[in-house]
Amino acid sequence: MTNTVKKVPLDQTHEELGAKMVDFAGWRMPIQYEGIIQEHNVVRNQAGLFDVSHMGEIKVTGENAFKFLQKILTNDLSKLDDQQIQYTMMCYPDGGVVDDLLVYRFSADQYILVVNAANIEQDYDWIKEQEIAGVEIVNLSADIAEVALQGPKAEEILQKLTDFELTEIKFFHFEKQIEVAGVETEFVSRTGYTGEDGFEIYVAKQDIKTVWDAILKAGGEEVAPVGLGARDTLRFEANLPLYGHEIGKDKNPLEAGLGYFVALDKDGFIGQQALQEIEAEGYQRKLVGLEMIDRGIPREGYQLLKDGTVIGEITTGSYAPALEKNIGLGYVEADYAEVGMEITVQIRRRECKAKLVELPFYKRQG
Amino acid sequence: MEIKEGIFYTESHEWVKVEDNTAYIGITDFAQDALGEIVFVELPMEGEEFAQKEAIGVIESVKAVSDLYVPVGGEILESNEDLYDAPEELNNAPYESWMIAVDLADESQLDDLMSAEEYENFCKEEEE
Repeated sequence: MTNTVKKVPLDQTHEELGAKMVDFAGWRMPIQYEGIIQEHNVVRNQAGLFDVSHMGEIKVTGENAFKFLQKILTNDLSKLDDQQIQYTMMCYPDGGVVDDLLVYRFSADQYILVVNAANIEQDYDWIKEQEIAGVEIVNLSADIAEVALQGPKAEEILQKLTDFELTEIKFFHFEKQIEVAGVETEFVSRTGYTGEDGFEIYVAKQDIKTVWDAILKAGGEEVAPVGLGARDTLRFEANLPLYGHEIGKDKNPLEAGLGYFVALDKDGFIGQQALQEIEAEGYQRKLVGLEMIDRGIPREGYQLLKDGTVIGEITTGSYAPALEKNIGLGYVEADYAEVGMEITVQIRRRECKAKLVELPFYKRQG
Repeated sequence: MEIKEGIFYTESHEWVKVEDNTAYIGITDFAQDALGEIVFVELPMEGEEFAQKEAIGVIESVKAVSDLYVPVGGEILESNEDLYDAPEELNNAPYESWMIAVDLADESQLDDLMSAEEYENFCKEEEE
């Protein structure tokens, strides 16, 4: 670990766009430009452009790459075809989460893992510790930059900058080396972290400014730069988990409601036995969504109570800009995890009423 | 950034406007800009009494929770409950959006506050 804050290649560009910059996971990043609510709604209604160059990319290749990844990842990699992407996790032997990530399959013996910025070094070290013969592991994070274009207008805007027919890239698929704004990209995927349609564009770091500027220009009034503030409120409304909040070393994927991404019956992966036991014995706690009834905003760490007894705590809470409600995600003891259940949130000195609601809070039309 | 003449300011970025013996208190343009879009306020009850500089309320933006400190002590005459439904008015018009009215108990406490000019210099230093 190092204490120096790293700058993304677009640092100067963000300054010129009037961004407020903050330190995030060791990087100086834009938290907002015009305002979180405005940026949030631009993504829901038009399109938003995010600099996510801080994300990590780890390449795993070799004749045993498939076998190796099948051992360290929770989801079933055998379901993945070339140019397809899977959401998956790495777990510790006790079932706690090392990180959640996307795995991109280039071929049967070539993959890229896209991991959280805050965890790059920890993930790389963890993967290296598990390494077997016939596998090569390379951290590409310093060389690859990434922007995400998200929202209902994303495809229309990006199509102006490429001859490649973007409708051919289906959800959770990608294309290699297509040209965007005259730049040969590393790859472009139809993925995102907002609950909207959109693309993530991976390019060599020296090319990122060309792509960023061209998208803003091509989108005109229909696109705006969006900071990490709205990235968080967007993913939160769509119930996409954030490492360190909904999942982490002391939180397993099953209780987090991510069982769909854990292939409990596949052939041997790290954490499998612990997770099978949790599945068999029943969950102690569950991740739930809640909506405030009384006035107040639930915030991370606030206690959740039922009849005066603490039954859990908030992992993410905020005003939800597109829903115009105060909502939260949190863990409660499994007995209380029922939609419609009324509980209270301890907000400073007051116990405020809330009710458990269906997840996700927000789902896009169509 | 707007700073209004003829009212008092604090280092925690509240403003105080005195009419007769009532102190109207709000947050400054600098404060609202630093907080970002304000989505929630919690204000004290009428009749509650507070000492100078006590935390008496809460202002929340999308991401942050901040305390509101009372620049002068006294009894709460009124809280501006219009802000409960329209907290964004603190962003739109910070000097028109008073939050609480306090019965000024000790006029000498106003001496602890800054003039517009002093506050302007204070903000410049804060920004560095």
